[in-house]
Amino acid sequence: MIPAAFDYVRATSLDDALARLAAGGGSAKAIAGGQSLLPLMKLRLARPETLVDIGRLAELKGVRRLGDGRVSIGGLTTYDEMLRDMTLHRYGLLADALPNIGDVQVRNRGTIGGATAHADPASDMPAILLALDAEVVVRSVRGERAIPIAGFFQGAFASALEPDELITELRLPGGREDLGSAYRAIEQPASGYSIAGVAAIIGARSGDRWGFCSVAITGVGEHPYRATAVESAILGGASFEAAAAHACDGVTVASDIHADREYRAHVATVQVRRALEAAAARLA
Amino acid sequence: MTTDMLGKRVKRVEDQRLITGKGRYVDDIKLQSMAHCAILRSPYAHASIRSIDTSAAKAMPGVLDVMVGADIPYNPLPMAWPAGGSAGLKNNVNSPRALATDSVKWTGEGVAAVVAETPEQALDAVEAIAVDWEPLPTVVDAEKATQPGAPQLHENAPSNIVFEWSVGDRDGTAAAIDGAEVVVRQRLVNQRLIPNPMETRGDIGWYNPGTDEYTIWMSSQTPHIQRLLLAAFVMGVPEHKIRCISPDVGGAFGTKIFTYADYPIVLLASKRLGGRPVKWIEGRRESYQATIHGRDHITYLEIAGKRDGEITGLRVKTYANLGGRLSTIGPGIPTTLYARVLSGCYRIPHVFAEVVGVYTNTVFVDAYRGAGRPEATYVVERAMDLFAAEIGMDPAEIRRRNFIAPDKFPYENPSGLGTASGGAKIYIDSGNYEPALDKALAMAGYADRAAAKGEARTRGKYLGVGLSSYIEVCGVAPSKWIGAVGEGWGAAMWESANIKVHLTGKVVVTMGTQPQGQGHETTYAQIVGHELGIPMEDIVVQHSDTQGTPFGYGSYGSRTSSVGSTAAIKAAGKIREKARRYAAHMLEASVDDIEVDGAEYRVKGSPDKKKTFQEIAFALDLAFDAPEGMEPYLDETAYHDTPNCTWPFGTHVAIVEIDEATGKVDLVKYVAVDDVGNKINPMIVDGQLHGGIVQGVGQALWEGAVYGDDGQLLSGSMLDYALPRASWLPNLELDETVTPSPVNPIGVKGVGEAGAIASTAAVANAVNDALKPFGIRHLDMPLTPQTVWKAMQAAKGAQA
Repeated sequence: MIPAAFDYVRATSLDDALARLAAGGGSAKAIAGGQSLLPLMKLRLARPETLVDIGRLAELKGVRRLGDGRVSIGGLTTYDEMLRDMTLHRYGLLADALPNIGDVQVRNRGTIGGATAHADPASDMPAILLALDAEVVVRSVRGERAIPIAGFFQGAFASALEPDELITELRLPGGREDLGSAYRAIEQPASGYSIAGVAAIIGARSGDRWGFCSVAITGVGEHPYRATAVESAILGGASFEAAAAHACDGVTVASDIHADREYRAHVATVQVRRALEAAAARLA
Repeated sequence: MTTDMLGKRVKRVEDQRLITGKGRYVDDIKLQSMAHCAILRSPYAHASIRSIDTSAAKAMPGVLDVMVGADIPYNPLPMAWPAGGSAGLKNNVNSPRALATDSVKWTGEGVAAVVAETPEQALDAVEAIAVDWEPLPTVVDAEKATQPGAPQLHENAPSNIVFEWSVGDRDGTAAAIDGAEVVVRQRLVNQRLIPNPMETRGDIGWYNPGTDEYTIWMSSQTPHIQRLLLAAFVMGVPEHKIRCISPDVGGAFGTKIFTYADYPIVLLASKRLGGRPVKWIEGRRESYQATIHGRDHITYLEIAGKRDGEITGLRVKTYANLGGRLSTIGPGIPTTLYARVLSGCYRIPHVFAEVVGVYTNTVFVDAYRGAGRPEATYVVERAMDLFAAEIGMDPAEIRRRNFIAPDKFPYENPSGLGTASGGAKIYIDSGNYEPALDKALAMAGYADRAAAKGEARTRGKYLGVGLSSYIEVCGVAPSKWIGAVGEGWGAAMWESANIKVHLTGKVVVTMGTQPQGQGHETTYAQIVGHELGIPMEDIVVQHSDTQGTPFGYGSYGSRTSSVGSTAAIKAAGKIREKARRYAAHMLEASVDDIEVDGAEYRVKGSPDKKKTFQEIAFALDLAFDAPEGMEPYLDETAYHDTPNCTWPFGTHVAIVEIDEATGKVDLVKYVAVDDVGNKINPMIVDGQLHGGIVQGVGQALWEGAVYGDDGQLLSGSMLDYALPRASWLPNLELDETVTPSPVNPIGVKGVGEAGAIASTAAVANAVNDALKPFGIRHLDMPLTPQTVWKAMQAAKGAQA
């Protein structure tokens, strides 16, 4: 459990970090809280030549409200800081998920930018960002770009992030009073990662129809995804249970020693139903 | 007057250092010029080694030495406990070499060792060793390994069989089963577990070229035994030239009893470097492949009896997976420590057990907390529930009906405990099982379980209640039994204590037992303080170093509180007696007239004529005025061989709720009523029970080593092997009955394993009870959401 040799530099500023990543040409890796990267390095499954430590870049920390009403979370904001931030309390799905991410140590060190960049196919936060239709703001020496979350996750541990880019912030839509949200997961007990984790937002009810529904699922497919078939079923008037049956439509469901395809697909539908029910209950 | 602390909830004196990071574990020890060792482990579960090229590794920065199997002149590691003892039952023994030479039998078997200036350099160089492998077919399942056509691991073990051993009344049991009103049969898998002590193993070897002596610091439960085995069987170095030191040991659960390959490796490595100390520290992932695993039985059980609930026969055939080669006492666990206590707390007249020890391409299996007795308890407790269900009887009632009655003690069980005992009479000496059952049922609200089940259904949950009544064989063991021909491991099992009273009245107690987190420094001080009437603060308890401690067999098998404590009490008695004789001299009285009250030695009838223990120690240790024939100093050693084991018992009740939609099991209530006899420190007893119960619950619900068919360990790290977490558990509700053990002066029985022995079956029984509405009879552990949900689905499909 000792990593292979690597060089370590502590970035003095965001520009410094970006310059070092650019100079590394793919062999340099940014490290923030290290809660995902370090275990891989200790198992020697990851062997970056250079670690660029961005952990002390204060400009990447914190939660603030933007002029357009959206909420910006700095990439280096830890789970624990998010838990304690009153601005984020209105997001029911975050309130559900954050206390169950990792353990106290992981929440104290792990960052939202790091988790997003890591793109673990069973991580909780990507599903939440997908359901919220967040925007990932990334920067490199080549400049800044905003990537819609919908196209960000591309595979297991693979994302639209280029090797020289850093996630500087995640932008969430401002909370709407007519929406409720929830997060429900069944966890793989050893790792704490989700066998099936579901972020759901629902609301804008008009008559007997829901006017808004957003559902994202992690742990089930090759990467976290929006369950669009569930969403359209809900908007089309289906019951939660009936809609949930579409949780894995078009998805190659993962299988491992903890949950095979059949079970994982089944609990995905259960958690979709439960997340929708909980989200709807928050509206009332 | 000193307060007597025996039996009190005293905070552990070692905790201040252990929980503030001031403990001193092997890895905390840093010696001058110390080098570091890393071991190359096989990536294949079964392969021939065609060649090993270490040249690139030797050229790596900082590398001092690279050893392969051929460089190690030492013998294979000893296997000390064949099934059937030394009575002549054929055991096809293959034990590991320090490093494999021709072939490997499991992923993780060591094949080369690198010694370098730093641990990092050693690990880097390990990656540069090139091995030319010839992969061979693999088998990981013990039952499959015995079948025709299975890959063969060893030439001397046809069908991969280590031994075929049986115990009990074969014909009588067959007759009981054949003629029974009711027979229930079930195949049970007691899955393989990976022990996870918080401190992994590790050692530092040091060869002193000046004295030609070897010293090894080791995270071990048995430093004296390791010295003996290394000297006599492995290294060919005489015992007085080897010193074994176990510093603070951060948990063990049995894994640190054994002789491991790294011991001779670090000692030889130090010698090859001319005396530089060499440290090896096991990584967690490495621990999963280099340190023993536990359990792994496949059992076919048959239980027979009458419709009124009387059990008349129990027969099992068990395939015990012992791994790719044998660990130190691997075969002893599923034989003596399992099958001889199979009938537990029940008077089953006919019991027969057949055990097949099997090689597979997996890590070796040996004693893990409870060691054989959890497996036995699981079998008999599942059997009782299966039988009760078959005849429609309440599980509590069938237990009550078949308990050994309190007037039947001493009780010789039908699995041959008494007959096997080589001159020592091993029998269940005491017990009173029904009060513990009743108390547990009351605490659990057992009478109201039907209503609780109904209420749970309104929440989409299925509630289940599970019982586990157990006995444990603790305080191992009379040397005549465990060392007997045909039974044990050919060694003794007594314990030792030395007490020195220094002239200031401060006391050093030196023990042959070896703590690994139990709190011996507290409990022995409570005992000796009680015996000598002195404050605990005046006592220091030492252990763990073969240079300075009397020979002892170490700590495992819940033996320290019974066997070790009695040695300490005997030594204290010798101290008291010598002090009394010297008090008589000081007080110019006859020895017979000296009475002892705590630390006061008084002349009978003249209460003012007295000396304190401290005054006596001062005078006798200086010995300016010792009487003729009396040697100076209060320094006494005692050895104690116990006349019998101890027999804790109790009933645990688990209540679970199953989420119908996901199959997830929640343990919502846990009640344990244990009779561990008198208690030295009830707080430590509670802690032992808490830990043991949780370990057992872990097996029932979460834990399980998973091998692929190719022998790769898929649950190869804590990311995939689920250990229990505090937040998954309810408050554990503990209570007691107290039946003192008659075999030691303080009536203690031992408690290190009790929780783990009882709890697995209680939780498994609860889950199976909850699933009764589905017509499910039995599910194998771990009872994961997927396992439970799939069983419910299958049952619904079958019912539809």
